[in-house]
Amino acid sequence: MRRWLSYPYLVWMIMFITVPLLLIVFYAFTKQTDGGIVFSLDHFRQILDPLYLKVFLRSFKIAFISMLICLLIGYPVALFLSSKDFSQKSTYLMLIVIPMWMNFLLRTYAWLTLLENNGIFNKLLEFLGFGKVQFLYSEGAVILGTVYNFLPFMILPIYSVMVKIDESVISAAQDLGANSFQVLLKVMIPLSLPGVISGITMVFMPAVSTFVISRLLGGGQFALIGNIIEQQFLLTGNWGFGSALSFVLMVLVIISMFFMNANERNGKESML
Amino acid sequence: MSKSLKKAYLWLIILFLYAPILVLMVLSFNDSRSRATWGGFTFRWYIELFKDRDILLALYYTLAIGLLSSVIATIIGTFAAIGIFGYKKLSYSLVKNISYIPVINADIVTGVSLMLMFVFLGINQGFFTLLLAHITFNIPYIIFSVLPKLHQMDIHVYEAALDLGANPFMSIIKVVIPEIRPGIITGFLLAFTLSIDDFVISFFTSGPGVTNLSIEIYSMARRGINPKINALSTLMFVVVMALLLIVNKRSASNTEKKVRRDI
Repeated sequence: MRRWLSYPYLVWMIMFITVPLLLIVFYAFTKQTDGGIVFSLDHFRQILDPLYLKVFLRSFKIAFISMLICLLIGYPVALFLSSKDFSQKSTYLMLIVIPMWMNFLLRTYAWLTLLENNGIFNKLLEFLGFGKVQFLYSEGAVILGTVYNFLPFMILPIYSVMVKIDESVISAAQDLGANSFQVLLKVMIPLSLPGVISGITMVFMPAVSTFVISRLLGGGQFALIGNIIEQQFLLTGNWGFGSALSFVLMVLVIISMFFMNANERNGKESML
Repeated sequence: MSKSLKKAYLWLIILFLYAPILVLMVLSFNDSRSRATWGGFTFRWYIELFKDRDILLALYYTLAIGLLSSVIATIIGTFAAIGIFGYKKLSYSLVKNISYIPVINADIVTGVSLMLMFVFLGINQGFFTLLLAHITFNIPYIIFSVLPKLHQMDIHVYEAALDLGANPFMSIIKVVIPEIRPGIITGFLLAFTLSIDDFVISFFTSGPGVTNLSIEIYSMARRGINPKINALSTLMFVVVMALLLIVNKRSASNTEKKVRRDI
């Protein structure tokens, strides 16, 4: 059909997708000196500064713990939902999906209301005769917020792989004398691995780049990579360093996409 | 494990997902500034919400940007998809992959990259840049909603129109567009929903004086608890729910797109 119809978009794509990303690469790898703009790795060296390295490690730690909790909570959800003795699958699935459509900020804000010093949890503790607990502005609050926001991202990909698992494979395992634990260990977990890997990247990536959850629930003491990027662009104006951090996130996305693609292929092969 | 135990576990997770939202909704009718005591039923926060000029202005910007960006993105994206559909294999996958970048990239990176571009072009950040940014992240969703419909379409219908004397442009308007209409409408609704929901990209691409509801909520929440946010979230939840019901009636696959969008 008519290719020229896409030309306005091609111009748009180059101007607002390709060039902006190249600008990030440009700012990340250059430095302003007296002799003009020169190639430099200084911004990446700055990431290794203990102050920022700490933020980096913290981001990965929080994202990793959140991802692990999502996996531990979410895997059984997907497993139960996909089992044949559940009749209203689509209703349950819908119920899990709906909160995701609520504004992400409001979902995070909701926890601010629950966890604050005069919030419901603390009132409940008081009522039960315990003292108040400082829930907010802790690493735990950030992890809780992350898990809450991204749990459906773990459940859905695992579920969508699990429902496609051939029922007769499970029956065969049972016929051959496997108990339900062995079925889980030897059949379900290996076959659902592609979904698990998608789920892991879908939780880990937004978790590692968030700046809202850490700002609202961590109160600024628990700055993550996202917060540092925000700071560099909106406060300190060090675009080179901000771009270098963004570049690292981009590379991370590319790596995770590579994993997911490779996994999709393996997944298909193992299903054959 | 017994079925009832599994069911109990599922309901526990659903409770975890809904409890915070429900608490917000209940508190939006609470006639007390404190979050933990019930001071009686009231519409006070809703009334205050509609008296707040900043919020009303943000609502106006949210809707204006949402509508404009999704209409423009739908037009550019639909024609783009029709054009891309006719590409050779290599350029087809190249353009498709580049279009996929805003979908999979971290929002903060997309936002920052657009901000750099606007500075590079020397455009002052405000309504216009916000609009450009929203169109940019919306177009891929239109393309990826329309492309499958083009693949499903019978190409001979288009060729027949040409044979019967319609010029290429007329055949696209009269024959192709009606065939792919479901994809266009789904894409449009998805784009509109994503636009009114966006925070991170808007945060980096809007300018002084121009905020959308998400940015407004962020700045309010940063200052602490505010019962007006509860009222606002209840309203937004109801509106998004209504939109979602319409979109979901059209296609079940949108959820997956939203999942990819949120990364």
